[in-house]
Amino acid sequence: MKALMFGWEFPPHILGGLGTASYGLTKGMHSNGDMDITFVIPKPWGDEEKSFAEIIGGCNTPVAWRDVNWDYVDSRIGRFMSPQTYFDLRDHIYADFNYMRLNDLGCIEFSGRYPDNLLEEINNYSIVAGVIARTIPCDVIHSHDWLTYPAGIHAKNVTGKPLVIHVHATDFDRSRGNVNPTVFAIEKDGMENADHIITVSDLTRRTVIEKYGISPEKVTTVHNAVIPLSDEMLSLPRRKKKEKVVTFLGRITMQKGPEYFVEAAAKVLKKTKNVRFVMAGSGDMMEDMIRLAAKRGIADRFHFTGFLKGTEVYEMLKDSDVYVMPSVSEPFGISPLEAMEMGVPSIISKQSGCAEILHNVIKTDYWDIDAMADAIHAITSYPALFNQLRNDGIEEIKGITWEKAGRKVIDIYEKVIAARN
Amino acid sequence: MKNVCLYFKIHQPFRLKRYRFFDIGNDHYYYDDFTNDEIITRLAEQSYIPMAKTLLDMIRENGKDFRFALSITGTAIEQLQLYVPEFIGILKELADTGCVEFLSETYSHSLASLEDTEEFVREVKRHDDLILSLFGVKPKVFTNTELIFDDETALMISSMGFKTALTEGAKHILGWKSPDYVYCSAASPKLKLLLTNDKLTEDISIRFARTDWDRYPLTADKYMDWIAALPQEEQVVNLYFPMDTFGTFLPKSTGIFDFIYALPRFAKERGIAFATPSEAAARIKPVGELSVPYPLSGTDEARDVSAWKGNAIQREALHKLYSVSERVNLCSDRRLKQDWEYLQSSDHFYYMSTKNLADGAAHSSFSPYDSPFSAFTNYMNVLADFIVRVQEQFPEEIENEELNSLLLTIRNQSAEIDELNKEVKNLRNNILNYDEDDKRPAAKEKLKNRKPKTKSNP
Repeated sequence: MKALMFGWEFPPHILGGLGTASYGLTKGMHSNGDMDITFVIPKPWGDEEKSFAEIIGGCNTPVAWRDVNWDYVDSRIGRFMSPQTYFDLRDHIYADFNYMRLNDLGCIEFSGRYPDNLLEEINNYSIVAGVIARTIPCDVIHSHDWLTYPAGIHAKNVTGKPLVIHVHATDFDRSRGNVNPTVFAIEKDGMENADHIITVSDLTRRTVIEKYGISPEKVTTVHNAVIPLSDEMLSLPRRKKKEKVVTFLGRITMQKGPEYFVEAAAKVLKKTKNVRFVMAGSGDMMEDMIRLAAKRGIADRFHFTGFLKGTEVYEMLKDSDVYVMPSVSEPFGISPLEAMEMGVPSIISKQSGCAEILHNVIKTDYWDIDAMADAIHAITSYPALFNQLRNDGIEEIKGITWEKAGRKVIDIYEKVIAARN
Repeated sequence: MKNVCLYFKIHQPFRLKRYRFFDIGNDHYYYDDFTNDEIITRLAEQSYIPMAKTLLDMIRENGKDFRFALSITGTAIEQLQLYVPEFIGILKELADTGCVEFLSETYSHSLASLEDTEEFVREVKRHDDLILSLFGVKPKVFTNTELIFDDETALMISSMGFKTALTEGAKHILGWKSPDYVYCSAASPKLKLLLTNDKLTEDISIRFARTDWDRYPLTADKYMDWIAALPQEEQVVNLYFPMDTFGTFLPKSTGIFDFIYALPRFAKERGIAFATPSEAAARIKPVGELSVPYPLSGTDEARDVSAWKGNAIQREALHKLYSVSERVNLCSDRRLKQDWEYLQSSDHFYYMSTKNLADGAAHSSFSPYDSPFSAFTNYMNVLADFIVRVQEQFPEEIENEELNSLLLTIRNQSAEIDELNKEVKNLRNNILNYDEDDKRPAAKEKLKNRKPKTKSNP
């Protein structure tokens, strides 16, 4: 089966959970066998893993004819894809886009991030998708998150193949209810044009059904999984220390509920002294949080690390005794799974999608700072609880694989293809 | 002649209220009165009272031919006294018929038999004293919390003077043997063992109202046929039910009360008698020994003690609790003693089980907590406060033995002071009398010969 996927991020250059999930899912589907996946992203960096999917960059796809020879193309974009693909794509240019700002290869430039002119970039991505869909044969089209819905719809219109969209988050999660009407419109348009919708949790599924008015039979939940960490990460040394470390890790934004973490920390520190709190990450609420910690008089035991990248994330986790994710609204949330895999007991909010599948964690309401403080205190003061959660957590995570999630997605493909014929 | 022994179990724990760690040291009341009241009142209305009345009617109808056993824990009695006192009255009525045998067990439905031998003895004594004071009978047959039993327990209860015990007819102990005989314990051959018949018990407690069961509907007629059809040599069938099965899990509308009511009539037709466990044990000779090296119970698929001691958090909580057992025993604070009872209930540990599937579903359906971890956290917070209170009674640095001897000294000294006071009073009287009557040498003599009588323990 051939699948044409549209994504926005792909490891190792990722900005959020979307890239990790796209990568894991693609890899998991590939390991089920008989899957031929082409993964389109706006801008590849050349160091992406290509063993299980062919990667095509939007920024390397010509939308206007340029007379260039093989060697030139090879020297320009050879690290990203084979020149042959470039020439194949060039044969399928469907309109004259010379009015746009193009480079020497007739391609549109992409940032591959979330720039201020995001909507323009989304539109350009859809233009590129038209060329790719005409070139690459496929049985099904799969779009990851709202940024790529227009591209998916375009590809569907060109090829007549079924479209599956994958909802990793909705704007309701990102904005605590203050939805951006433009984003909402793009999301709703994508959902209505899709043959089937995959959500990462039942929580998101309900949002899609209730807030976007989509028929429930069209929406299926496929929970995310976690990629097993390398031995290198798992064997990172753990610093010896007398004090317990409680960690919040993620973007410090409204959606992640950082203020509840600070309040819970204040409650714990009122009673016990041998605990330190760490808020790792950056975001628009960071300064507020620094101010709040100072106001509560806990700044001596509450630390900010700023943005962590690469292995720093895992080094931080390895030194933690408790991981807390108090998200107000989290479509799934892979990070607690990673923490558990590292042997760190986790406290997660009931309002996060991963709470639907995890057992060996403590779940609290995000607003219930008493419960959260109590759970933090319990894990840091009762070693039996720490060990129970740690050991059973490691075992539990071993059973949550992308391969199983991939199987479910393939089943959905088969269903939509059958419905088409 | 075949004998049927019916056992009805009543137990309720004192469920804990939500107790956060910042309450430790500040709040010494641990119980969720509202929930405890609500649950026992509801159960009494739906189940205990109608069932007890049915049983009373059955005794009146059948005279002395209908007999059964009741197993009721101390914590359940306390809650009934608090919230449903009228039920205690019905129990007294039942006791007065003489057709009901009260079983001996632990006061708080505890796991003391597995954790702390000395506390176990105290627990049983407290329970039996309560039964004696309320119902005027001394229990003679022992049944442990959730039918837990092993060779060690056998030795303990034999040494406490029990001759008969009821336990679970667990497949892994019986193998090919039938539970419908009287056995004796291999560890203590004088102890007779009665074993529950799980199949016939579950035909009622689980399958009675299941329309997808191929034997549905079950009638008293049919049921007694099955018992009558058992081999001639199988002389005793022990049927053990939590009393709240009747009326809650099997609601009145299933006809369960009528079914129970009709049992004696059909039993009589087939020459089957009802007996109390004491009578059954007296009538029937044991056919062989049973050895139980590892504790068994009547709970969960595995029929072992993993329901309460299956994971690390359960074992830790139990360990922490019983680590202060000796200390609590030295204390005389009544509230402390009461909390000690309530905290021992096995239910607290049952809620902490992390089992999955059918067992897990059973655990969580009884649990007032949303997860085993919050059960543990809450319990440990309460326990932390309790331990602080125990330590406040006596400084922690003093060893138990040292403390024991000091306490003995104090007690002896107070006895001595009492005695000396008495003597002083006597002498004073003598002196007063002496003034009036000069010639009373006896008193003088006594005064001279007085020696300190009591000594404190070294």
